[in-house]
Amino acid sequence: MTKINFVDHSGETRTVDVENGATVMEAAIRNAVPGIEAECGGACACATCHVYVDEAWTEKVGKPTPMEEDMLDFGYDVRPNSRLSCQIKVSDELDGLVVTVPERQA
Amino acid sequence: MSEAIKTDVLIIGAGPCGLFAVFELGLLDMKVHLVDILDKIGGQCAELYPEKPIYDIPGIPLVTGQGLTEALLEQIKPFDPTFHLNEMVESIEKIGDPGFRVTTDAGKVFECKVVVVSAGGGSFQPKRPPVPGIEAYENTSVFYAVRKMEQFRDREILIVGGGDSALDWTLNLHPLAKRITLLHRRDDFRAAPHSVEQMRKLVADGKMDLKIGQVTALEGADGKLSAAQVKGSDNAMSTISCDTMLPFFGLTMKLGPVANWGLQLENNLIPVETASFETNVPGIFAIGDINTYPGKLKLILSGFHEGALMAQKAHRYVYPDKRLVFQYTTSSSSLQKKLGVN
Ligand SMILES: Cc1cc2nc3c(=O)[nH]c(=O)nc-3n(C[C@H](O)[C@H](O)[C@H](O)COP(=O)(O)OP(=O)(O)OC[C@H]3O[C@@H](n4cnc5c(N)ncnc54)[C@H](O)[C@@H]3O)c2cc1C
Ligand code: FES
Repeated sequence: MTKINFVDHSGETRTVDVENGATVMEAAIRNAVPGIEAECGGACACATCHVYVDEAWTEKVGKPTPMEEDMLDFGYDVRPNSRLSCQIKVSDELDGLVVTVPERQA
Repeated sequence: MSEAIKTDVLIIGAGPCGLFAVFELGLLDMKVHLVDILDKIGGQCAELYPEKPIYDIPGIPLVTGQGLTEALLEQIKPFDPTFHLNEMVESIEKIGDPGFRVTTDAGKVFECKVVVVSAGGGSFQPKRPPVPGIEAYENTSVFYAVRKMEQFRDREILIVGGGDSALDWTLNLHPLAKRITLLHRRDDFRAAPHSVEQMRKLVADGKMDLKIGQVTALEGADGKLSAAQVKGSDNAMSTISCDTMLPFFGLTMKLGPVANWGLQLENNLIPVETASFETNVPGIFAIGDINTYPGKLKLILSGFHEGALMAQKAHRYVYPDKRLVFQYTTSSSSLQKKLGVN
């Protein structure tokens, strides 16, 4: 099991366990982490699973694909460390990952 | 009011389930008109994921959203359905037993025996960008669609977005407007390359402005916009003077008028019985994502099944004196004649 930390916009952290291969979005939905809506169920078609990747992790998590960039256009307050959490696959490398949930989804 | 279009069945929503219903109804000799608010056929498959693969259509290992839409259109071609796109069904009025008068927001009127609601998650409507206080300017200074270009003559327009709608309206409104600024969060556009090129040329010629950033707040009073505050990609704040804003952030599904048709609703879904998927109003059926019943799965294949059973009951309303005989498309010469294969 890999640990993922979700920080809400007030600064409170929630830590959840998820198996490798699942996505960060799935980790949030299965554990009812508030602020992640994931309307399209992870198809990179809604931009309601937007998160900010903690600066310490951006390199490991990597950059969005062009398709994800296109979808991020629909997000709110998109920043250089913005990602769609349904497009981040969990692996051992990401154990302890910290992401912040934006104030609101699109 | 225009003269009513008469049809056996009116289908509300041209998503995959509405489309396959045309086939099942057609096999049983019922004529169909379909209305959809989208400018294209295919519902979610065409609007939300045209290029993504679907793996669970029985007998088809892989098909894209657009591919499935095209295949369904091919399949229902023999029944020659009529599509009314860019129109939203607003009201349903009971005029017979059963019999309905259905009116769209474009003022079109249909008279039919049976209504099939295959409205999915509701009508597709423009997404409202989450800018605080934007509601106060809607329809006076902020518009999500352009109905009449003339309305925008001599206006100082801020267009927001990077897709085809944003670029197309930038190019189309540019000759009319006093000044156009296009704002996008990055200097990379989803829109068709030739429109992006045209836009860049206008910018280079000093005929319009391109800004990179995101709107964070609006300035103005009494519904009259005067400027938009923008955060640039370098986090620097700036102000763009404008009296009109056109945000293009894609579409989202909203239940919309479905709630006003006298149908029972449960969590924004229409409860149906599972022998024919009829609603609480006899003669009005609900199939696909919009309905609910114990065990419901929001899958395309479930909607196909629902359409087949719905057609059996609809036949009784459209042809009360005819008896239905169960037949296979493989072996029935009469069905094959209808399909134009025999
Ligand atoms: C990203 C994504 C991936 C998916 N993948 C799969 C998959 O792999 N397999 C699967 O089985 N399903 C999948 N689905 C779900 C599938 O797309 C839906 O189950 C299906 O589209 C439902 O079809 P429908 O015909 O009921 O409604 P929709 O496709 O939602 O179409 C309804 C139409 O009705 C119109 N409408 C609504 N109200 C009105 C009105 N008042 N007036 C006029 N028009 C109106 C809407 O504009 C819309 O076009 C996926 C969905 C998404 C978003
Ligand atoms: S869940 Fe829809 S884009 Fe991630």
